[in-house]
Amino acid sequence: MDLLAEMNQKALDLGVPISVHLDVTYRCNERCVHCYLDHNDHGEMTTAEIKDILSQMADAGVFFLTLSGGEVLMRRDFFEIVEYATGLSFNIRIKTNGVMIHEKEAQRLRELGVEQIQISVYSHRPEVHDAITKLPGSLKRTLAAIRFLKSQELQVTIANVLMTPNLSDNAGVMALAKELGVQYTLDPTITPMMDGGRSVLALRAPASEIKKTFRNEALVGDVEKYCAPPPIPDSETMEEHPCSAGHTGCYVSPYGDIFPCVQFPLPSGNLRTQKFLDIWRNSSQLKEVRSIRTKDLPTCSTCSHAGTCTRCPGLAYMEGNMRGPSTADCEKSFLRTGIPSANMIRQLRSNASLVQIQAQ
Amino acid sequence: MSEKYISRSTAIAARLLGNEMMIMSAVDSTFFTLDEVATVIWQAADGKTPLSQIAIRICEQFDVDHQRAERDAEQFIDELAKHGILLLSDKPAINSSTQQER
Repeated sequence: MDLLAEMNQKALDLGVPISVHLDVTYRCNERCVHCYLDHNDHGEMTTAEIKDILSQMADAGVFFLTLSGGEVLMRRDFFEIVEYATGLSFNIRIKTNGVMIHEKEAQRLRELGVEQIQISVYSHRPEVHDAITKLPGSLKRTLAAIRFLKSQELQVTIANVLMTPNLSDNAGVMALAKELGVQYTLDPTITPMMDGGRSVLALRAPASEIKKTFRNEALVGDVEKYCAPPPIPDSETMEEHPCSAGHTGCYVSPYGDIFPCVQFPLPSGNLRTQKFLDIWRNSSQLKEVRSIRTKDLPTCSTCSHAGTCTRCPGLAYMEGNMRGPSTADCEKSFLRTGIPSANMIRQLRSNASLVQIQAQ
Repeated sequence: MSEKYISRSTAIAARLLGNEMMIMSAVDSTFFTLDEVATVIWQAADGKTPLSQIAIRICEQFDVDHQRAERDAEQFIDELAKHGILLLSDKPAINSSTQQER
């Protein structure tokens, strides 16, 4: 176990929320076709409210702070917030589209000790990237921002999302990241809208394309190991909890709502009426999330992928049951290994019996 | 022998987890944990307290002799200074660190 994993385990044992993802705004200057957010401002927290909750989080032991949105720089007080967070000794990571970052902003981020900046780039071709963001000239401005940030020796990661409009551009964006000297990540996850709308799911990449990415050495490392059949789940696996959501980390919306994770929209409290630590310790929703072990998942506990699946409890919750399977992750496990999940087998059986009834 | 003064870099994240201090450099993402003695040194690194005073605090809290406390502290400081996490000076700082202890 490496040092970071040891500290995560220690935080879990001590009940410390070691990481928080805080969206400071949902407003954005781009309108990405796959985005799950409503970009209207329904009453964002004020500067004073955000500073207060940052102080509460520092007192509670939060170490890793991700500031995201929307577009973080849509807030005029964004640098004031970062400066305050720096004063509280957080490890600060920022997610942005970079469009509003120029030399001065990059220099300020460097001065404020920001550790990592993640920037979304969906294609190396302006016509594809700009069609996804719906902001003409956005790729040019985003790439300029990356160069400004690199000139300040900041650590930058390009985050790409694999979806139908950019299926053939992964290699191009990866090459661009290499040329710029930044890290690269690719995620095939498309999340339903926050209001439950599922129309964006039509943008999900087809299985054949996801399969290709799982066999791309540059992305996954040792392909044979990555795509190996899962080991038989043992009793230790059954006692594991699904992920860090609600256990060592949580998500805070611009309105002060707390959720187990940005991808797990289970309302668990609000910081305008409650203290951070009260919610963290006493929220019945977070307690329920924390109580769940692999053995408590009716379908997934019987699945051969139980020990290696990236099952997202938030996506399962959005499908209707936080103890149920996350279909998108079932598909990923299948595409990675060629072995169907328990959920897929169950669905096949139920479909087969329907055909049988029809035949009679 | 001249005095040494130590201060914390501003490009550092730090938080106490149980009895260990976690530290991460924003420059190269180096991650450290400090034991109880090192945590005392870290917390005292305000740029104004001379190293000899910090060594006395360690002697008082951990029952070690002064010479050993000072030697261990110097080793620890050199190590963190190499990563730019602690800054060494032979003069006290005019302004202390703006980061708050937690």
